[in-house]
Amino acid sequence: MTSTEISQGLKGGLIIAISSAPFAVLFGAVASDNGLSVAEAALMSATVYAGASQLVGIELFGHHVAPWLVVLSVLAVNFRHVLYSAALTRFIGHFTPVQKFLTFFLLTDPQFAESVKRGESGQGVSFQWYMAFGLAIYVSWVFFSIVGAFFGRMMGDPQVLAIDVLLPIYFLGLVIGFRRKVGFYPVVAASAISAVLAYHLVGSPWHVSIGAIAGIVVAAVMPLQQPDAGLTPASEPES
Amino acid sequence: MQDQLSMDMLLLILAAAVATFVTRIGGYVMITHMKTVPPRMEQALNAVPAAVLTTLVAPAFFNGGWDVKISMMVALVVSLRYPGLLMLAAGWATALICRHLLGF
Repeated sequence: MTSTEISQGLKGGLIIAISSAPFAVLFGAVASDNGLSVAEAALMSATVYAGASQLVGIELFGHHVAPWLVVLSVLAVNFRHVLYSAALTRFIGHFTPVQKFLTFFLLTDPQFAESVKRGESGQGVSFQWYMAFGLAIYVSWVFFSIVGAFFGRMMGDPQVLAIDVLLPIYFLGLVIGFRRKVGFYPVVAASAISAVLAYHLVGSPWHVSIGAIAGIVVAAVMPLQQPDAGLTPASEPES
Repeated sequence: MQDQLSMDMLLLILAAAVATFVTRIGGYVMITHMKTVPPRMEQALNAVPAAVLTTLVAPAFFNGGWDVKISMMVALVVSLRYPGLLMLAAGWATALICRHLLGF
């Protein structure tokens, strides 16, 4: 049913919208602190639509780093999305090209995690569900970025309200959600150890790519679970 | 100047937007150009969510103070039984208690 798909999507998206709102406000505040106008902050949230890389971009812009370096850093921070879109492809084989374009534009961490969960549970990923989920987050993200850009400097220290712990806890919950997957523990251990090491030895944001690659390599060299041939890219999980 | 768009900033924002979109569609372009996905690659792709998200969690835990560590451990335990929003609330409440009542 289309209407249940949409309402389930909105419901799920609303949870993310609420928990990401403080970060949107934070972005808006940091942006106006670094000399962006409200319109520029809004435009950045509406076109880039990626919390971490927006903050990195603004931070570097504030330090008057060369523009090409800003763009390169944005690429580095967002590198994980290459992996997301590769892993998401098998669930959206039935989308039209325009639908795929919109799908990838809205592809964020929670969007990816919830889509995979839904695809693997056998419910399937419908375009209606995906857009309802994604737009609930998108609209709130842009709206609260504007709020942050207007009122940002009035907001107190995020530490006092413990807003800074929300994001890691939220991501932790997403990781826990995958604990029944084959090879979960070795993959998580490899990613965690190499991410922490890379964080100290190489620095942020490279620890994300290095840690992710370590976990994925471990998964690739583990004994195969299904000995039969690989799936075609377009095949769907439930078939 | 605060309420308008400057040309330089506009170009920088759009370049960042294009760079982000390239990463978001890159994996799809790569994988649809392959005829079949080898089983090992399939297994590797299956590990992507846990592998990537772990890299966002682990440094936050190890670099955080005891307030962050305790909050994340409480959230972990809660998440084994209860839905995500309750987990978020439990972790957040723990962080507030640590900071304001226990003084970590």
